[in-house]
Amino acid sequence: MTKAGLGLVAALVFAAAQAQETPPDVLVKTVTLEVVELIAKDKEIRSGNRNKLIGLINEKVLPHFNFTAMTALAMGQNWNKATPEQKKRLTEEFKTLLVRTYASALAAYSEQKFDFRPLRAKPTDTDVTVNVRVLQPGTQPVPIDYSMEKTASGWKVYDVMVGGVSLVANYRTEFGNAVRESGIDGLIKSLQAKNRTAEGSGK
Amino acid sequence: MIGGRALAAVALLALGGCATANGDPRDPFEGVNRGIYRFNDIFDRALAKPVATAYRDYVHQEIRDRVRNFFSNLADPFIGVNNVLQGKLEDGVLDWARFAFNSTIGLLGIHDVATDMGYEKHNEDFGQTFGRWGAGPGPYLVLPILGSSTVRDGLGTGLDFYADPLGEFRPYRLQYALWGLRFTQARADLLDASRILEEAALDNYVFQRDAYLQRRRSLIYDGRPPREPRQDEEPEKSGAGVNLARAPDVDTIPGNDPHD
Repeated sequence: MTKAGLGLVAALVFAAAQAQETPPDVLVKTVTLEVVELIAKDKEIRSGNRNKLIGLINEKVLPHFNFTAMTALAMGQNWNKATPEQKKRLTEEFKTLLVRTYASALAAYSEQKFDFRPLRAKPTDTDVTVNVRVLQPGTQPVPIDYSMEKTASGWKVYDVMVGGVSLVANYRTEFGNAVRESGIDGLIKSLQAKNRTAEGSGK
Repeated sequence: MIGGRALAAVALLALGGCATANGDPRDPFEGVNRGIYRFNDIFDRALAKPVATAYRDYVHQEIRDRVRNFFSNLADPFIGVNNVLQGKLEDGVLDWARFAFNSTIGLLGIHDVATDMGYEKHNEDFGQTFGRWGAGPGPYLVLPILGSSTVRDGLGTGLDFYADPLGEFRPYRLQYALWGLRFTQARADLLDASRILEEAALDNYVFQRDAYLQRRRSLIYDGRPPREPRQDEEPEKSGAGVNLARAPDVDTIPGNDPHD
């Protein structure tokens, strides 16, 4: 292979690596704007088709979240007491709950303006917080902070803080109470029940 | 705060506080709190929420924005006072500048011209000032109608009301109408948020309490709270690949952190 050819291959490999390693702040901005634009263009979603919105989130947003990590953080100490099967089911139910909550929030606030803050992190950092602010007329902007960790498959969100409230931390007491009262299977059952009622009414 | 804590404790025990099921150290009066929470919920469903929903559905957004701005402007002078009390002189001066511009060019505050000029709205109150001075939150409280609070924030809210310029409005009939309008407007702004909260929570009371405590802590540090120390350090990596020890934690017993 010629030198030029080698150079080209190296450049391509480098470009591929770059594409996979989208910086976390760029990732958040791109995905947010893309989803907001898709919602704005979709009449069915705007008139309240919840399942279609959830489908959109599953396709566009979900790949960038690490739900196993979120569930582990929300479970705290109890995570280590769960069997692999329980962990799987917990993660699945928690994911369903979070996606639906996220869909509601998006439906309510997608028309607001977003202010994407520059990332304050070193290039070598593997755990960063990406700050976004939702600007609303007449009130203080609402900060949305994404805690993100660098993984082999790109940056993944493992917590979202809205107005200083960590979603994952906010579930910790609830999960702890449920496990104390009725065990890990009891918690799985209440999550399932919660998801089922929401499916019935949240259409 | 010891005095306040003791006072509240006596008052609440007098109401017949019972022991709580889970014994959360941040919420020793959970029994009474849940009672008041239920009362507030009934009040909300029967009156506050329907009125706020009607307000949102029948009053044009343009007018609702003006109403929100008007009340927001009235609050700015004391937001400034609190910023100064917390040692943030510059922010305080900016709040007063906001009030000056919005009250004049903004026609008694109905237009938020200051934000357009680059003076950002702040969120301060006496509860946050006490927190900034080092007061811990004390036990969690649910106040009738007003909802989530703590001993510290409840005392702060008392001062907030005392200082509120709405109290100067005369005749009284006008003043009461304005309180009602402000409450309605504030509830209307929370309609989406409260629906999302109900969808998200397994136990609305616990979810709301924890969100409130986290939110207040964040506000005291103006959105940049230090990470809370964990009582027990987890092994470095969980199975999921995220460091548990670095996650924000609401389980920490208040008092471990001098500011919380």
